[in-house]
Amino acid sequence: MSLDRSDVEKIAHLARMALDEEQIESYATDLSNILGLVEQLEAVDTTDVTPMAHPLHMVQRLRIDEVAEENHRDEYQAIAPKVEAGLFLVPKVIE
Amino acid sequence: MHNKSIAELGAALRAGEFSSVELTRHFLERIEKLDGEINSYITVTPELALAAAEAADQRIKAGDAGPLAGIPIVQKDIFCTKGVRTSCGSHMLDSFISPYDATVVEKLNAAGVVMLGKSNMDEFAMGSSNETSYYGPVHNPWDKSRVPGGSSGGSAAAVAGRLAVTATGTDTGGSIRQPAALCGITGLKPTYGRISRFGMIAFASSLDQAGPMTHSAEDAAVMLQAMAGFDPKDSTSVDEPVPDYSSGLNDSLAGLRIGLPKEYFGEGLDAGIAASIEASIGEYKKLGAEVVEISLPNTGLAVPTYYVVAPAECSSNLSRFDGVRFGYRCDDPKDLEDLYKRSRGEGFGDEVKRRIMIGAYALSAGYYDAYYLKAQQTRHLISDDFIQAFKQVDVIMGPTSPGTAFGIGEKADDPVTMYLNDIYTIATNLAGLPGLSMPVEPVNGLPVGLQIIGNYFAEAKLLNVAHQLQKQTDWHLAIPDGF
Repeated sequence: MSLDRSDVEKIAHLARMALDEEQIESYATDLSNILGLVEQLEAVDTTDVTPMAHPLHMVQRLRIDEVAEENHRDEYQAIAPKVEAGLFLVPKVIE
Repeated sequence: MHNKSIAELGAALRAGEFSSVELTRHFLERIEKLDGEINSYITVTPELALAAAEAADQRIKAGDAGPLAGIPIVQKDIFCTKGVRTSCGSHMLDSFISPYDATVVEKLNAAGVVMLGKSNMDEFAMGSSNETSYYGPVHNPWDKSRVPGGSSGGSAAAVAGRLAVTATGTDTGGSIRQPAALCGITGLKPTYGRISRFGMIAFASSLDQAGPMTHSAEDAAVMLQAMAGFDPKDSTSVDEPVPDYSSGLNDSLAGLRIGLPKEYFGEGLDAGIAASIEASIGEYKKLGAEVVEISLPNTGLAVPTYYVVAPAECSSNLSRFDGVRFGYRCDDPKDLEDLYKRSRGEGFGDEVKRRIMIGAYALSAGYYDAYYLKAQQTRHLISDDFIQAFKQVDVIMGPTSPGTAFGIGEKADDPVTMYLNDIYTIATNLAGLPGLSMPVEPVNGLPVGLQIIGNYFAEAKLLNVAHQLQKQTDWHLAIPDGF
């Protein structure tokens, strides 16, 4: 699989990541090479092989739904880039 | 003071030969004097260290001290440390002061360790050379023009250079074992789920596992004892009893069945390393072990499988870095999308961006079955190889890395060449098995790692097997010149 400039731009958009214009070509080359490595898997016969989601085949542990954590809002907001009145601030979303 | 084992230091502290404060000062002076050329620390925390040392001295005097009380260690900068910057080697978290401790940090602090600081690492643990760190590369103490391996390169270099008694690391595809091999120390990646991942910044959650990086198997047993155990805060933590890891270190190896996978000794392996590994196997035969040739036929699929599974999980995990709640935020975002895109574009380095993009692509509409589902199937095949092998043998041995430490910059331009460096370590992560690397006979003055892979929860066996060789040989005691 060979990716071109527009593929890389599309993937970067999916990942919400701005790329330097002059680096897009080199990302296209690197990502194509990595996908080339991965393509070896295509030749493997995996008929009837169950996908492995967990190394120990464990299932998700359940717990009683009860309040265990204390409120840490002030501590967590103290490290946020921008907060006001207990809210995380972002640029205006709704006109 | 800096050449002693944890047990020797503990005995000296309890006997009053020196205090933990004196020991800590000694290490802080060594860091000050020697780390400028190694760059193994991102953050040094002298005040916290001395305060912890004083507290440890009190505990030792009161007779309330375990084996790790007063022992100076370095924490990989992937573990959240309350009140101390936790950068994960990234610009994204350059100013992140964690509001809580990782469970590993909490447990080691409770055991009385003295944290000297946070060690350098590949950005978000993505790399095999420590060259992707925002804080610059780490230099291998054995040859400063070479890499220490990665991603726990700072931890490995600090332990090798005696800039800490011991260290923590994390291993997603070899990140404890490969740097341990390249720096001549002992590193253990336990079974998936053995040590809590809570507060350990996530890279690929079905593969990530913390472990100790030490001079010897004996030290690793003490560290693992403090780190292991069930944690309700980690949903994949395993609720299995923690055995005594030190009590079986001296068990006899008579009759031990060692499997040598032929795929680990083929093309691509440095001839000097092959000879060194074979010499160590010879030592094991003298200790009464039998050698069985085995096959792990799907070994060749491990690297390609990993480069679907790990990036897919990373693209999902790293979506939390959005410039809103914590971490880096770009200047003057014009709208929300610009805030996300530029914060992430400016906050992440190249290798992290490559892996996020591979993951986003592999998980995107229309490609999921071809990449992620297929890789989960091949992961099953790789895992089954080990399950078959452990029906015949007790442990599997081979090289940790196909070569010795390479030059800084030598492989930095070609991600695929770099990825293939982890060919012998990645499969154990995919299978969730424990693996240990220990130093054996060097090649051209550079350390070589022997890898020992065990069955699920066989950490005590791995430590026993490693310790028996370390009783016969002294490669693990070698110190680089100038340290």
